[in-house]
Amino acid sequence: MQIISVENVSYSYDKQNMAIKNVSFSVQRGEYVSIIGHNGSGKSTIARLLNALIKPDEGEVTVDGLSSLDKKNLFEIRKRVGVVFQNPDNQLVASIVEDDVAFGPENLGVPREEIGERIEFALSAVGMTEFRKSSPVRLSGGQKQRIAIAGVLALKPDVLVLDESTAMLDPRGRKEVLDVVEKLNKEQGVTVISITHYMEETVRADRVLVMDGGELILQGCPQEIFAKKDVLTAIGLEIPPAMRIAEKLVARGVPLPSGILTEERLGEELCKL
Amino acid sequence: MKDVSFGQYYPATSFAHKMDARIKILIIIAYIVAVFLVQPFHFLGFLACLVFVIVSTIVAKVPFMRVLKSIKGILFFIVLSAVLQIFFNANGKVLLSWSFITITDQGLLNAGFLIARITLVVLGASLLTLTTSPVEIADGLESLMTPLKWIKFPVHEFALIMSIALRFIPTLLDETDRIIKAQKARGADFESGNIFKRIRALIPVLIPLLIGSFRRADELADAMDARCYAGSKKRTKYKKQTLTFRDVIGVLFIAGLIVGIVFLNKFYLFLVI
Repeated sequence: MQIISVENVSYSYDKQNMAIKNVSFSVQRGEYVSIIGHNGSGKSTIARLLNALIKPDEGEVTVDGLSSLDKKNLFEIRKRVGVVFQNPDNQLVASIVEDDVAFGPENLGVPREEIGERIEFALSAVGMTEFRKSSPVRLSGGQKQRIAIAGVLALKPDVLVLDESTAMLDPRGRKEVLDVVEKLNKEQGVTVISITHYMEETVRADRVLVMDGGELILQGCPQEIFAKKDVLTAIGLEIPPAMRIAEKLVARGVPLPSGILTEERLGEELCKL
Repeated sequence: MKDVSFGQYYPATSFAHKMDARIKILIIIAYIVAVFLVQPFHFLGFLACLVFVIVSTIVAKVPFMRVLKSIKGILFFIVLSAVLQIFFNANGKVLLSWSFITITDQGLLNAGFLIARITLVVLGASLLTLTTSPVEIADGLESLMTPLKWIKFPVHEFALIMSIALRFIPTLLDETDRIIKAQKARGADFESGNIFKRIRALIPVLIPLLIGSFRRADELADAMDARCYAGSKKRTKYKKQTLTFRDVIGVLFIAGLIVGIVFLNKFYLFLVI
């Protein structure tokens, strides 16, 4: 079932340079979609369009059948599509973890007892229950970002959009966040749209959309996308290291199967030899 | 930069932590009034205030050092006012006279009185911020200011601004620290020269800090929008404030202090002689 549809959408911040040019795609319920592109490719604009922070100049974005062009739908859309932004420090509102997670439900006017339950649920979903009463200042980047995810989950969204949410994290923090997101997708059935410029993060996705200069230039499953190496290199994206190593090994005569994207898989295949 | 104690919450579960924030705010206001009620040179009155602070610190399970650290921030102010009193108060018996400086017994007494008064006020105020999280303080003030809604004062917005400001203090201190280090690495000199030179040297720190704050504010606004923030309308509150026996005891305690000081003011001479 389709949850998000973006139809022929264009958007410009300054009415001169188009940030997004005639982009169309749709996302199914429960899907894990990655949007990848270079800086200025328009991928972050997509995140803002998806939860109605901005309205398309042309075309239409609908979430669960609700168009973002209609002002009445604003909160219904934001309730359904939660966005986690890049800098964890700049999206936490409160000085205590549970208060921050409560911010969203409070805005929705959720009754007090239910807010408690939602905090419980959201923090356990990101594995941060023990930090409920702590101050986010003392947490690591990865932990802060997990709190930010919990803050969004407390709104019980259908779709979780990650707008470069791992860009400011160290490798460990990045893995923490991605693992939590993957778990939410697999176990809770949350639709995930992950916007990133790290190629290796797209490996986890069901489908990858490639953006360049405000246009959607490729889409398909990770294998299909990475097979189009020349297109990717032309727009300044690099294929994941594991895949590059596998390719070079094949070129040197090591008999590896095609379609190796992750380090784990590469390790397994090498052990089979 | 990091050891700013004023306004820093000391997490613990104690009698004082569990008290209602509104009552704590009112108690501290009453306490400050009590300190100012102490008439000149009734040092017994200050002793009573000191006992109040010490008992409260024990009840709050806060280390004494943490409370004392709060004075550090205003040490300069204390010393300055004491020095002015000692050197420039010409009333009373002259103890020492040298060129334009005369030290009198009255001056010394005044200085002692002033130091005691400022120190006690700061100690009491820091107890409030040590045992009450910024969010609780903001919520407490919001609740105490509710009557102001009647004259169209935006109570909720005011409380939110305050709690966000408190939330960002540590973040901005970290950033200041980082900018100073970055400027030092580029050869900036903050340690030499007269006071004007040093203040000038801070400009390259303040400007990036200011610009950074605007960027943060922008991102925070987006994150708040994304989490369905729409002002105080229809908003619920997760934290509910309820009065308990603790608050009654606290009120009795401060009432005792004020009665004691008023009593001292009336009968001081009888007691001392």
